[in-house]
Amino acid sequence: MDYEKILSPVVTAIPPSGIRKLFNVVNEMEDVVSLGVGEPDFNTPQSIKNAGIRSLELGYTHYTANAGIKELREEITVYLNRKYNLSYDSEDVFVTVGGSEAIDAALRTVVVPGDEVLIPEPSFVCYKPLTALAGGVPVPIVTKEEDNFRLTKQQLESAITPKTKALILPYPNNPTGAVMSKKDLEAIAEVIRGTNIIIISDEIYSELNYTPEGHTSIIEIEGMKERTILINGFSKTFAMTGWRLGYACGPKEIIQPMIKVHQFAIMSSPTTSQYAAVEALRSCDNEVNVMKNEYNMRRRLMLAGLRSMGLSCFEPLGAFYLFPNITKTGFSSDEFCERLLKEERVAVVSGNAFGVSGEGFIRCSYAYSVTNINKALERIGRFVKKYI
Amino acid sequence: MNEILDILDKDARTTPEQIAIMLGRSTEDVKAAINKMENDKIILGYKPLVNREKIEDDLVCALIELKVTPSAGEGFDSIASRIYCYEQVRNLYLMSGAYDLAVFVEGRNIKEVALFVSEHLAQMDSILSTSTHFMLKTYKREGVIFENIKGDTRELMV
Repeated sequence: MDYEKILSPVVTAIPPSGIRKLFNVVNEMEDVVSLGVGEPDFNTPQSIKNAGIRSLELGYTHYTANAGIKELREEITVYLNRKYNLSYDSEDVFVTVGGSEAIDAALRTVVVPGDEVLIPEPSFVCYKPLTALAGGVPVPIVTKEEDNFRLTKQQLESAITPKTKALILPYPNNPTGAVMSKKDLEAIAEVIRGTNIIIISDEIYSELNYTPEGHTSIIEIEGMKERTILINGFSKTFAMTGWRLGYACGPKEIIQPMIKVHQFAIMSSPTTSQYAAVEALRSCDNEVNVMKNEYNMRRRLMLAGLRSMGLSCFEPLGAFYLFPNITKTGFSSDEFCERLLKEERVAVVSGNAFGVSGEGFIRCSYAYSVTNINKALERIGRFVKKYI
Repeated sequence: MNEILDILDKDARTTPEQIAIMLGRSTEDVKAAINKMENDKIILGYKPLVNREKIEDDLVCALIELKVTPSAGEGFDSIASRIYCYEQVRNLYLMSGAYDLAVFVEGRNIKEVALFVSEHLAQMDSILSTSTHFMLKTYKREGVIFENIKGDTRELMV
């Protein structure tokens, strides 16, 4: 059978993940110190696990309503109001299989083939392929180190064309750790106001913002709520990646059609996870704070460590990544990662995995213990010293 | 606990320089704070957490529950001080409930521990009764799980 002929050219055109390639090598090596993983190292808080277990004991093992259990949707609206002063009705919310499904459903709901979707880069790996799968045209906007990897008004203005359908707003950002302040968002809103552009705001790292003022959602900016699909979830905030649970909020006129996409592709999100998530939103502020403080300490430690080696690294104020510039070593990002792994057995992710504009950078995750981070820094330091 | 102790509690080898960076404070400030805690006997020492079952000269440990008559004026402190002066006694706690003192004793073998109890503890005047329990296996100590220690189980890089 000629499989090449039967496969969709859209799927075939999606490049394989460069990260996976390196990861397979890592698995076969011993004594590797990794800074590669993009998920919390903490385990899910015990009370959340207990709530999941309790729901199983009570026999809540069936499908839920397509949009998710009402209790959870209501709790999400309470949480968003308490945390970011956002007001949503539970009918404006639906529960997805992680933030990724919400992004997929959002794109498939609004994109008409040929529509352009603006994607600030470097950014999470899913936006481009999901845009392509929805028939859209991904249009990267290169954010710069000197702008602290924030999306600027000028960049946005020059990227907009009559075909622009949506803007993805991935802040706090994976892999750069960049955040957008209220002022930065207001500048973006100025450009968007008066257009028909939909914002897909991926705020999955909203709780991991280390600025004194904390996270600002684009929803808080005047005129943005009516055109924004807000995406968030439980993975990063509550260390619940394996539970696969996220959510989308927005105007009913968009959310209800999105639920159609979800209903036929997914049916309903995992029931156990939904009951566990209710507990997460209700009673885990303290656990979240403890994790956030711990990340913040590691962030400072790793930033100081990388800078002391002579690498330039902008100070990220969100998520759990650092994005140092490695051009001084004379290596490309891929070469740096391969050599670092081979010579010092440290695994980091090449910046270009997050878009061409990530070339010259590497992503180091600090979702690791201090002991692990110190060991990695010592090895990276030895490596860098040889080449700069 | 304060922030510095939290960090040292996770890894006592973290240097004052590293702690200073982690907390956004000056190194001098952190050094002074640690120094003060040492002087004030808040920090009494720094030790490795050892899984003794993995080393050859593994010792036998026992928990001995003691019922004692408190002495007039000094309560349990007097008898406690006579017990903790033995180097075989690793931990000693005053307890509420069915007995008074919990003594954790180490010895090279069961006989040595048993002899310590019968020759030293049981013969003290104010001790009314002893009950010895040998520890068979350590599952968790100092907040650290000792068995089935899995490495990083995270599989996905992004």
